[in-house]
Amino acid sequence: MKSLLPFAALVWAGAASAEPAPQVVIEHFTFGPNAITVPAGATVTWVNKDVEPHTVVSNERKFQSEALDTGDRFSVTFDKPGSYGYFCSLHPHMTGKVVVVAR
Amino acid sequence: MKDHDISRRGALSCLAWGGAGVLWTMAGGVPVASALAAGKASSASFSFVQISDTHIGFAKEANPDTSATARSAIELINSSAPDAALVLHTGDITHLSRAGEFDQAAELLKGLKPSELHLVPGEHDVLDSAKTAFFDRYGAASNRKGYYSFDHQGVHFIALVNVMEFQPGGQGRLGSDQIEWLEDDLKGRSASQPIVIFTHIPLWSLYEKWGWGTEDWPQAMSYLKRFGSVTVLNGHVHQVVQKVEGTVSHYAAASTSYPQPKPGEADGPGPLTVPAERLRAALGIRRIETLPLKISDGSLA
Repeated sequence: MKSLLPFAALVWAGAASAEPAPQVVIEHFTFGPNAITVPAGATVTWVNKDVEPHTVVSNERKFQSEALDTGDRFSVTFDKPGSYGYFCSLHPHMTGKVVVVAR
Repeated sequence: MKDHDISRRGALSCLAWGGAGVLWTMAGGVPVASALAAGKASSASFSFVQISDTHIGFAKEANPDTSATARSAIELINSSAPDAALVLHTGDITHLSRAGEFDQAAELLKGLKPSELHLVPGEHDVLDSAKTAFFDRYGAASNRKGYYSFDHQGVHFIALVNVMEFQPGGQGRLGSDQIEWLEDDLKGRSASQPIVIFTHIPLWSLYEKWGWGTEDWPQAMSYLKRFGSVTVLNGHVHQVVQKVEGTVSHYAAASTSYPQPKPGEADGPGPLTVPAERLRAALGIRRIETLPLKISDGSLA
């Protein structure tokens, strides 16, 4: 799988319009992928696939979703590079991270 | 409701995971598991009821009709404990903190024969960003803080809130303001006064990996250690579990909505779907007699 990583990076660099929409799936009380790296300006979408509601709340309260019931989505656009930790305020043991890199 | 036989075997059989109930008695403010033949309650005796995790608004496979099961639980309270002095709701009244869910829950709870109802919020009750849905309805007793205390026939009841101060990666939290308030509330009280705490998330660390505990409970407990009898009633985990920490006895209650897996027996907590004909056996309410203290968990089926 390691060999795929430079390839994915190449796709990003070479064909910006073909970037897959970054998505985090909430399932089995985890955020997957747990850490997601996106270029500045990208919009990350969370989708809840659990029966249980969850939230997406920035550790520094920079963004905060309402309760996401099954199938609900929540999106945030990240303009500035940096590391953005977040958690579920209903189940605070669930944590994740968005790493935003300069284009 | 199954009333437990006054027998040692009956009591021991109830100590297991998910058992139908537990029986404890209290003598002189000290819980005594073996004093099962202890005689009559004192003249100051009274009973009260715990109902928990009604999750009004939830309507999925694990329970398509949480209003119906909540109604059954209320009927069970009315038939088995019509003289209960109080009813304690230990949170997750609603599933998503929606106004309609709170309205429906209030309508159902009006059907309770015992007239005095006390509630603490679960994390599902404070999901609205303004956090007004719960406090507009039930905040008066606590000046909108959620935590408060009152005395009933010699027993000191304390409502604690551990769902408002979550931090990333953590468990339930009481927060320093509430702990300070608790210290103050207990100051000057006789150590022989029985204490009953009701809250949502377990105060003891039942299963940290799923957040089933309260991070700053040890600090709060330090103010309770001098008391001879402290009983903690909580919800959140949707199953009967008990734990003894010195003079503090914790009792997690069944829900009236849906069961949850035992710690570690699934990928995570959350609704556990059981065959429809077995659902009601996994739901229940709890009746507490005092003094001496006697706790009986009864299922809806």
